[in-house]
Amino acid sequence: MRRIGIDVGGTNTDGALLDGVEVVETIKTPTTNDVLSGIQKVLEGLSHHDIGAVVIGTTQFTNAVVQRSQLNQVGFLRIGLPAGRSLPPLVGWPPDLAEVVRGKTFMVRGGIEYDGRPFEELDESAVIEAAHQFADLGINAIVIAGSFSPIDTRQEDRAAEIIAEYHPKAQITVSHRLGQLGLLERENAAGLNACLLELAGSVISAFASAIDQIGFGSGTRLFLTQNNGTLLQVEEAAKYPVLTFASGPTNSMRGAAALGGVTDGLVVDVGGTTADFGAIVSGYPRQANAAVEVGGVRTLFQLPDVLSIGLGGGSQIHLNPLRLGPNSVGQRLTTEALAFGGSVQTLTDAAIAAGILKIDGTSRPDLPNADEILAHAATIIAGGADRMKLSSNEVPLIAVGGGAFAVSDTMQGITEVVRPRYGDTANAIGAALAEVSGGVDRVFQGMGHDAAVAEAIQIATEDAVASGADPSLVEVIEVEDLPIAYLPGDARRVRARVVGPLK
Amino acid sequence: MTRSLDATDVDDLAVGAWILGTGGGGNPYLNHLNVQQIAATGTQFELIDPQELDDDAQVAVVSTMGAPLVMQERLQDARDVARVVEIMGEYLGSSFDAVMATEIGGSNAFQPLMAAAHLGLPIVDADAMGRAYPEAQMTSFAIGGLQPWPLALVDPRGVEAVITNVPTWKWMERTSRALTIETGSMAATCKAPRSGAEVKRWGVANSMSFAIQLGARVREARAAHEDPVAAICVAAEGELIFTGKIIDVDRRTTGGFLRGTAKLDGLDEYSGYHVELDFQNEWLVARLGDRVIATVPHLICLLDATSGEAIGTETARYGQRVALMGITAPPLFLSPAGLNYVGPRAMGYDLEPVDPCP
Repeated sequence: MRRIGIDVGGTNTDGALLDGVEVVETIKTPTTNDVLSGIQKVLEGLSHHDIGAVVIGTTQFTNAVVQRSQLNQVGFLRIGLPAGRSLPPLVGWPPDLAEVVRGKTFMVRGGIEYDGRPFEELDESAVIEAAHQFADLGINAIVIAGSFSPIDTRQEDRAAEIIAEYHPKAQITVSHRLGQLGLLERENAAGLNACLLELAGSVISAFASAIDQIGFGSGTRLFLTQNNGTLLQVEEAAKYPVLTFASGPTNSMRGAAALGGVTDGLVVDVGGTTADFGAIVSGYPRQANAAVEVGGVRTLFQLPDVLSIGLGGGSQIHLNPLRLGPNSVGQRLTTEALAFGGSVQTLTDAAIAAGILKIDGTSRPDLPNADEILAHAATIIAGGADRMKLSSNEVPLIAVGGGAFAVSDTMQGITEVVRPRYGDTANAIGAALAEVSGGVDRVFQGMGHDAAVAEAIQIATEDAVASGADPSLVEVIEVEDLPIAYLPGDARRVRARVVGPLK
Repeated sequence: MTRSLDATDVDDLAVGAWILGTGGGGNPYLNHLNVQQIAATGTQFELIDPQELDDDAQVAVVSTMGAPLVMQERLQDARDVARVVEIMGEYLGSSFDAVMATEIGGSNAFQPLMAAAHLGLPIVDADAMGRAYPEAQMTSFAIGGLQPWPLALVDPRGVEAVITNVPTWKWMERTSRALTIETGSMAATCKAPRSGAEVKRWGVANSMSFAIQLGARVREARAAHEDPVAAICVAAEGELIFTGKIIDVDRRTTGGFLRGTAKLDGLDEYSGYHVELDFQNEWLVARLGDRVIATVPHLICLLDATSGEAIGTETARYGQRVALMGITAPPLFLSPAGLNYVGPRAMGYDLEPVDPCP
């Protein structure tokens, strides 16, 4: 099947057309302020016939949170009293963001114990009262977060039913849909999601109309990519925009891995200002550690482990003693670097001077110690690669990005340096290659480990197939079985996730 | 010397207490957030040196028992910690002059601040562990043979209990642990009250200001773009014993405790060497190859190699780049009575204690 992948980055909007896993065409244009016209330009620049899916990776939702722009107010319903009163919803958020997002917060009696027993019964009359007030105040984006809701989702689900009944315009984010244990972090993730709902509605309908205008036809489906490198159907993306956070680095690493034909190894993306290192394990980026802040808000999102070093093609050269960066001319490379007639000595100038890089329309600058400068850059990059490695085994390194010339062909602990064709649009290729995921996370009773895990995988597979995965190629990528004491009948919470390519 | 703690001290305490948690004690994040909310209302915290206590002063000793995971879902209310001190006062029929921490390592370092804020009492610059330990009887007060009873306990629903008598410290741990688990694995406790004389003789003095100082050194090193790990080692008189990356963490929950092993591969000057770290809530034993290089009661601190932030046994993950630091335990914990409570054999290891600092 032919697919178009688009990655909207801070600087460029990249596109790639793939037939199966073969790259047919790629395109790169500057990201526009409205985002949409850049996407349209990419779509216009690629051929249109027989496109089964358009997959978009975008930083818009992350940027909206970081810039505190285009966010809507949120109503919070916390289920957990009499505990937790001194740490209400929005506690710990940066004050400027909390002020924008805060609609009205309620805390009501309820919650679950770690072993699945109720902590307190849900106070339904308090939920009804909250629903009336949300409706009266015109607050439609509602977060419902209850203690230990991932163990037993029923109180959150019941509260959602009540709010929907008394406040029909409510768009509800239940916390158990977004997270793991850690009430504040899960509630925060739900809050970030809820404050993006209005923006998500308009962005996603704009994407859809852009596709319609191009005239792909009804056989073309539209997806966004999520932070774990898998596809998000547009209907889901409109409800859970927060799942698109940090999909950029994920797409870049997955694209590089696919282009390089590597399922386990390292990736370095050398841009204008930084070199970003990641590790690929079984074709997917290795995840970073527990708590991750997004726009200053603490969450438990699973985001790729990225090591960023201040070295790129635009890094300024400092002499006596020799130092590179961390300052960079960045996007101004083509006006400020020596080779482009500017006055700043950059790493790109050293590569042109040494004859390892040729760029049309540049002159060869006079830099007598260019070889020494490049050797220094290669040493810094080798150090970064070594820090990302998990064991002393040698692994391949895939080098992509405009500054990949700075990566030496041989370095210690690296079997080979792979420089794939189309490496400069690896992010769009990664988006095009995103697979469908399916998951389940629930309590199973009256069956042992093996039977429960088998049933969980079955449900996750059906979920993935319902979302468009090819049933014959679905693979299990995550299974977790947590026995729950105190509940009768051998209860266990099983979480499973499977992925497969689009059929 | 009495001093008041400002917002920066509170932030520094969070960083320093987590380092002294030696992997356990729970990340102080939520209690820190609680105290930040209280401090934002203008509440002052007074820290007094234990030497300034009158011998007959009454000191409340506080900590919360339970599972860190439950604390992350239940979100403890600071008023519960104040309430448990009040319950103890009601039982004794007298009032307290000050509050102190049982455990300076991890989230319990903030408990005296949470109580003091609502009770208007000063905080004693001391604790009874000098770090974090997995069980409630592993204290300097137990080592000193002081009376283990009574103990007051309150859960977030309002279940209130006083254990009026027990034959041994171990029985106090067992009965209070059973109550804690039954009420949902999080309960604020006020331990056996101590006189000023007892705190001066048996408390780990100045441990709270030590934790604040560690946090301050990390903050200053980061601001100056210097190495926070080196700054911590200097401030703590600790020894950097290994740098590497985590290549495996094997965790299992048994008997209500988190146990397991973390494996590290050496980096830089330790390249080619391997360390295994055993834990039961806290880091207990470090082995370089077959050789034991550090054990309890000495402090084994695993730090993020770049930021200097402490890494807990619950959150250690493969791929993290880490520095391993050892700190010599206070002499009291190395005495025969001390080792009986907190030495390697008390934790189930047939080993002599090994000091990581030569």
